[in-house]
Amino acid sequence: MKYDPGLYDYWPYQNRPKIVWPGAKKVAFWVAPNIEFYELNPPANPQRKSWPRPYPDITPYSYRDHGNRVGHWRLMEMMDEFGVRGSISLSVAMCQHHPEIIEACAARKWEFFSHGIYNTRYIYGMDRAQEQSILTDSIKTVEKATGQRIRGYLAPALTHTEHTIDLLAENDFWYSCDLFQDDQPQPLKTKNGKKLVSMPYSLEVNDHYAFNVYGQSARQYADLLKRQFDTLLEEGETSGTVMCIPLHAYLIGRAHRMGPFREVLDYITGHKDDVWVTTAAEIAEFYLNTCYDDALKSIEAAQKEAS
Amino acid sequence: MSLPEDYLKYPHRSHGMDHQLYDWSNLFNRRPVTWPDDKSVALWITVALEYFPLTPNDGPFRAPGHMVTPYPDYRTYTTRDYGNRVGVFRIMKVLDVLGLKASTPMSAKTAERYPALLKAVLDRDWEIIGHGVDMNNIHYGGMDAEKEAQQIEDALVMLEKHTGTKPAGWFSPARSESENTLKLLAEHGVSYVCDWVNDDMPYEMSTESGAITAMPHTMELDDRQLMITLGQNEDTYQEQILAAFDLLRSEGKSYGGRILHLSLTPYVIGQPFRIHALRAVLEKIMATDDVWSATGGEILEVWRQRK
Repeated sequence: MKYDPGLYDYWPYQNRPKIVWPGAKKVAFWVAPNIEFYELNPPANPQRKSWPRPYPDITPYSYRDHGNRVGHWRLMEMMDEFGVRGSISLSVAMCQHHPEIIEACAARKWEFFSHGIYNTRYIYGMDRAQEQSILTDSIKTVEKATGQRIRGYLAPALTHTEHTIDLLAENDFWYSCDLFQDDQPQPLKTKNGKKLVSMPYSLEVNDHYAFNVYGQSARQYADLLKRQFDTLLEEGETSGTVMCIPLHAYLIGRAHRMGPFREVLDYITGHKDDVWVTTAAEIAEFYLNTCYDDALKSIEAAQKEAS
Repeated sequence: MSLPEDYLKYPHRSHGMDHQLYDWSNLFNRRPVTWPDDKSVALWITVALEYFPLTPNDGPFRAPGHMVTPYPDYRTYTTRDYGNRVGVFRIMKVLDVLGLKASTPMSAKTAERYPALLKAVLDRDWEIIGHGVDMNNIHYGGMDAEKEAQQIEDALVMLEKHTGTKPAGWFSPARSESENTLKLLAEHGVSYVCDWVNDDMPYEMSTESGAITAMPHTMELDDRQLMITLGQNEDTYQEQILAAFDLLRSEGKSYGGRILHLSLTPYVIGQPFRIHALRAVLEKIMATDDVWSATGGEILEVWRQRK
């Protein structure tokens, strides 16, 4: 086990090379609906239980199933209204279980990235070959269903191994949403030296944290998202920031939450001169081509200065 | 370190659900239902009248709301009792003034022990929903099927004896089922079940012993969930119910009638400092004149006639 993950160097949020997003925008805004499948009776992982009660634990199972029957369709329609394409954190088995949802998203040119096979299959305890097979399965499954080559990853249920980040680079991924150290993209260290970007995907503004960890109401969540945006916009003047809203249709897609959330999309997309409404892959691609090398130099300089 | 091979096998990875209990279906692609007088929203109020014995008999877990401290837990026992003695009569007063109906998931022991309460319920034509003998009688995965059948039988027979009617609906104590619960309920002539939280409308489930309908008896706007589990106040409670109503009402105009389900817990909403919130929110909803107040059984009867 490592004392420090060793995936990036300390790089303070000051005096960084200025990021200017396409069209001279200050905030790159992306929305990440997690479209997940949870199994009613998954095999046991030695390090994490899927459900608290004995099989069949129908309450948490059916609570999540609501997203695929009800919430997704509400959220998708609302995002259409504001011209926001989703970057989907996908349990790739959804391509088999509910292709109707995948087709509707693909028709809208939403981006897909891997969130594992099922959100009830954890990576803890896998060897390198097993973890590689999850990535291979993800790439092939999404390619077959949509024609898209996935470029991003968020580990299922945020379960990792020490190999995860290296495997992403080896498999030509562009970005990882697994790390929460920053509000700007940045290079990650990989064994094979291939470029890989850490993509901001804030846990603190994730609807799961807002509603089920912090117990907030729909109104409180909408207000905090607007404040999050205000700050990132102000700072984006100095150097472009990223705002991600990570969502779950089984949470945000409930009848009492859609109205307040609509105001958030209206508010953020209303800042037309300042906001780049985009997808994670487009942010990563731009960053790799335009910002990555300058960032590396700046990180090196910061390291030298520190030593 | 690696995981067993089976951990990366996915035997249910195919179209639809990972079990045989119901089919997947998109809420927005279904046959629309028309409520009486063309109202957009059916208001389904449920009031839980549960009996928590001072002596919890421990299975794999205790029902939420059950005793917490070492025996004798007078503080929890009497707090629950407050609901059945005082709180429920405050709820009745609010509903009476507005002319609203309710359904009550009732422990059979409540009916047996408190005839005055039962009379108040029957005088109002509230529908009674089977809810176990008492809050000790939970269903759970792996329990003996004969024992479970007996629990269901006892609860239904006791309720019929005291109320004169056999319940058509069932809400499992602690919202918990075993792998046999649905089949056993169908065998006992129960026509609808309130345990599943994956939809906003009723849908058909299938068991080896015939069909049973799932009613959208949700947790989302449950007073206990919002104000006790999540620690919200009664203003937030009201605000979210109204937001849900607005959205359901607008969907009701485009997609056919919707259901606003409110589950009330007498020991929660029936407190003097909270009851005003219930009155205020119901007054606002009823002022729209776009609501059909109905019991679960009445809603299902109309829903079954949808074209």
